[in-house]
Amino acid sequence: MTDHRIKSHPILEDLPEPTIPFYWKEQLFYARPDEMISSALIANGVTIFGHSPVDHSPQGIFCANGQCAQCMVIADGIPVKSCMTAVKAGMKVLPKDNLPILPDVTLPSGLAASPTPIHETEVLIIGGGPAGLSAASELGALGVQVLLIDDKDALGGKLVLQTHRFFGSSEAVFAGTRGIDIAKKIAEKVRKLDSVTVWTNATSVAIYEEKTVGVFRNNSSYQLVKPKILLVAAGAREKTLAFPGNTLPGIYGAGAFQTLVNRDLVEPCKNLFIVGGGNVGLIAGYHAIQAGIHVSGLVEAAPQCGGYKVHLDKLIRSGVPVYTSHTVVEARGKEKVEQVVVAKVDSKFKPIKGTEQVFDCDTVLIAVGLDPVNEFVNKAIEVGLPVFAAGDAQEIAEASAAIFSGKIVGNEIAKALGKFTDDIPSEWITFEEVLKSKPGRVHESKLPETYQGVYPVMHCTQEIPCDPCSSVCPKHLIVVDKQDIRSIPQFLTNDSRSCLACARCVAVCPGLAISLVDFRKQNGFGLVSLPYEQDATDLSVGQLIAVTSTEGEDLGRFPIEKIAKVPGFKGTTVVTIEAPQEIAGKISGFRLIDQPEKATFEQTVDYPDIDSDKAYICRCERITAGEIRALIKAGVKDINQIKAVTKASMGACGGKTCLSMIKRMYQAEGIPLSEVTETPIRPVFVEIPIGVLANLPTEQDGGGK
Amino acid sequence: MKNTYDVIIAGAGSVGTPTAFFLSKAGLKVLVIEPLASTGQGSNKHAIGGVRATHSDPAKILLCANSIKILSSWQNTYGDDIEWNTCGYSFVAYDAIIEKTLKDLLVLQKSLGLNIDWRDTAGIVELVPDINADHLIGGTYSPEDGSASPMKTSFVFYSHACRMGAEFHFNEKVTAVHTKGGRISQVDTNKGSYFTNTFINAAGSWSAEVSDLLGVSIPVKPDAHEAGITESIAPMVGPMVVDIRERPGSSNFYFYQHPTGKIIFCVTPNPQIWGFYEKDTSKFLPMGCQRLIEVVPKLANARVRRTWRGTYPMTPDGSPLLGKVTGVDGYILATGMCGQGFMLGPGVGEITSHLVTDSLSDQEAQSLNALRYDRAFTSKEMLK
Repeated sequence: MTDHRIKSHPILEDLPEPTIPFYWKEQLFYARPDEMISSALIANGVTIFGHSPVDHSPQGIFCANGQCAQCMVIADGIPVKSCMTAVKAGMKVLPKDNLPILPDVTLPSGLAASPTPIHETEVLIIGGGPAGLSAASELGALGVQVLLIDDKDALGGKLVLQTHRFFGSSEAVFAGTRGIDIAKKIAEKVRKLDSVTVWTNATSVAIYEEKTVGVFRNNSSYQLVKPKILLVAAGAREKTLAFPGNTLPGIYGAGAFQTLVNRDLVEPCKNLFIVGGGNVGLIAGYHAIQAGIHVSGLVEAAPQCGGYKVHLDKLIRSGVPVYTSHTVVEARGKEKVEQVVVAKVDSKFKPIKGTEQVFDCDTVLIAVGLDPVNEFVNKAIEVGLPVFAAGDAQEIAEASAAIFSGKIVGNEIAKALGKFTDDIPSEWITFEEVLKSKPGRVHESKLPETYQGVYPVMHCTQEIPCDPCSSVCPKHLIVVDKQDIRSIPQFLTNDSRSCLACARCVAVCPGLAISLVDFRKQNGFGLVSLPYEQDATDLSVGQLIAVTSTEGEDLGRFPIEKIAKVPGFKGTTVVTIEAPQEIAGKISGFRLIDQPEKATFEQTVDYPDIDSDKAYICRCERITAGEIRALIKAGVKDINQIKAVTKASMGACGGKTCLSMIKRMYQAEGIPLSEVTETPIRPVFVEIPIGVLANLPTEQDGGGK
Repeated sequence: MKNTYDVIIAGAGSVGTPTAFFLSKAGLKVLVIEPLASTGQGSNKHAIGGVRATHSDPAKILLCANSIKILSSWQNTYGDDIEWNTCGYSFVAYDAIIEKTLKDLLVLQKSLGLNIDWRDTAGIVELVPDINADHLIGGTYSPEDGSASPMKTSFVFYSHACRMGAEFHFNEKVTAVHTKGGRISQVDTNKGSYFTNTFINAAGSWSAEVSDLLGVSIPVKPDAHEAGITESIAPMVGPMVVDIRERPGSSNFYFYQHPTGKIIFCVTPNPQIWGFYEKDTSKFLPMGCQRLIEVVPKLANARVRRTWRGTYPMTPDGSPLLGKVTGVDGYILATGMCGQGFMLGPGVGEITSHLVTDSLSDQEAQSLNALRYDRAFTSKEMLK
């Protein structure tokens, strides 16, 4: 049997063995305890979960987040989202190829349906990610009664997908700690607070006229929450792109990829191609490499990648080809992605005919930006329920900014409830702005030229909010301006205190951008210690590795002198080599050479015309760009009209995927959005079984419970 | 002459749009003024799509029979797919009182030529195999009734009307209607002035407000209803099923299965909720779902995908206000559809065009007379 599980991961702890038997069609598979059906299927080599009822094209995982319905399967006779439903022993899972035939139910006689229960609270927080947890922690500390709900079974939101150490401020937002560990830390703190109640597996589905919020719990019950104040910390939604082939299984967002790889430790692919050079795409690329997945390339439509340079450098050093001013124009494959076609774009981001390149890949990861999840805020405003937003739901930024945003908004809410009377310190607001700031200026790299003593070399040259190196140095020799942590860290070279060569700075740097050089031997060589966050189990002293500069320039091959761990920095290995002193300071990373370079299939061809009209805009109802563009060109300026005529946005996901693309299509046709009428987002925000809404008495076989 | 029209219609909804279509077809120069951004955006898009001639009022029966004729033949005649589906309607009886009400009405319905009959329990189970047959006595079945997409229908009436020269001004609101010598002369909006001798008020829930501009008070007031739709499931419900039993918080309840497999359902709140409410209530879904399961228990495992709320332009007796207004020449009402604007719209559009072009048949004249705005409102709608 094919096993697509990640057996060992350099950072993540092993998950339990797959021991839960279930059936896919007639085949016996095994799932890990509590594993979602989607991940269990992918782990067993299944990528096609069914076929679209509209055009019978194959469907597979897309959002892995409970938001779309592309991953629907039939589990024990009932249609479910495979990414939100855990495998049960003996479960019979079938592809959703046709419209589901509902099973018979035996309802209790008398139908004693009860009224929907109502839970009252001072504050309801939707979303247990960085912002929601942080706000809950502030509010809980002030004794405010809080109900925090999250649609997943573990708290942390997208933090639980982040294996890298975080940027930002060590003091304020756990910089230098891995996302997964930050999630645990804040969640633990929140769970200890008496006034905070946490519901996991609880999805907010509607906000009603009565200022109540409908919550779907544990896939089996429904209840109302009546808060005095609502805090929306529901994060962001990934944007996607329209190109022919964009609904093939194997095309999904970074969130889905990270969920499969980093949360569930399954290997969804062997050969990944990335679209988008922002932090999300760059980080996901590195996550793939950590999981042993080959990244065959990355395209970014802008002339430069928008993410942190240190993230980009990590990919380049790992040998990933990065093509700026390029975009994806087509995905090809029969039942799933087999190839992706990219092309150069002009200054208006239009693909240039004749510049197409074809890459073999089995997955295309789309990371082209995020939109705030705004439906809860909009509905709350509409019904007059006092509402706040924090984190990405308020403004898209880094998770570290979301933590701080949650802290500020938590205090604002406490103030609104009269539980906190001080003003929010203005430094907090300034600091939040710093954390939210886009990557800044790149300074010229200044490498030290002295071949004496021992000292760290900072390979980070870009102004980004980050300070862990300065906080871990036991001698306080690394300085980051506390007034503005975006400043480049400085090593105090002329200081009388001397570097201990402890390599804590090397290990903590989230960008893997600090090396330690040691010239104390005075033999014309320097020892260079480098951080390594990939699987180090196979590294051995004496092994030759290929060292590179920050930006991937090959600086030669040297044997490993030493492999070490720095106490307190789990997951990070520090590898030391000896290199001629002239290049020692330049060395910033390395890659293995005993593995054969995986050749990327790449060709420039006289590529046939691509019919961009064939791209799907509404993937639920399978509505093409051509159908929508024709209406836009015919003068339709009301998205409601597009919806009425084509059914775009009326499918399972309710416009969460297509509406932002439709808006971009208007802009592409030169119609400003100010002239376009938008369509309301209607509840329910995720589907709920009728039996659950009816609140029938719980019985083994009754009422969808 | 610029800005001069044969007819100006207020409202591009379920009624105004087909009316514009029939008037344009008759060769008249038509302007439709609509405050919303496109056709069908007021109440039309909230309709669930049922179209039946199975009513208790003769005029409504005839108007809807004509709507069915127009909608069921639309694709053959004009080529557009409006999702017409001859699914039929079945009013079911779980008690003797409802059985009697339904059977009594059959006489009138049949006398007006409707294809409708009584079916016993087995006959209903044949139509809806998963129906809860406990205490089910039987029900009516009218196989020629059906459903279509309100939004697509509105759009095709609009597109064809435009092709025939009708003008639609969206995002524009009627602010004044002037008369000269007792006859309609001019319509002002927030964007301009237009000249006409015929003004049709097809503003549905907003029509009383429009009529007030002419000093004519009409008894139309909106009440709020909610509906829901499920994900697609394999075919299991044949006709539109109407259950007119009273339940806590609701009177009528009805649902059907769209050709794509989705179940669309709606309840009539009891007591009625008067006013322009479009925000979802927390009561509707539990109530609607309980009623769905009561009639088809198997639906417990289908999932609700979406819910919405809209308004019915209600009149005192549940029937529309149609025809000319005494004392204001050229002022015509085509409003007060009481939640049946989509099914009445095509029929109303055609009869109104006949009224404007002075080509009413005797039967049509009779219907209009029965639906005069100043009637006594003494009858009662039996099948809401």
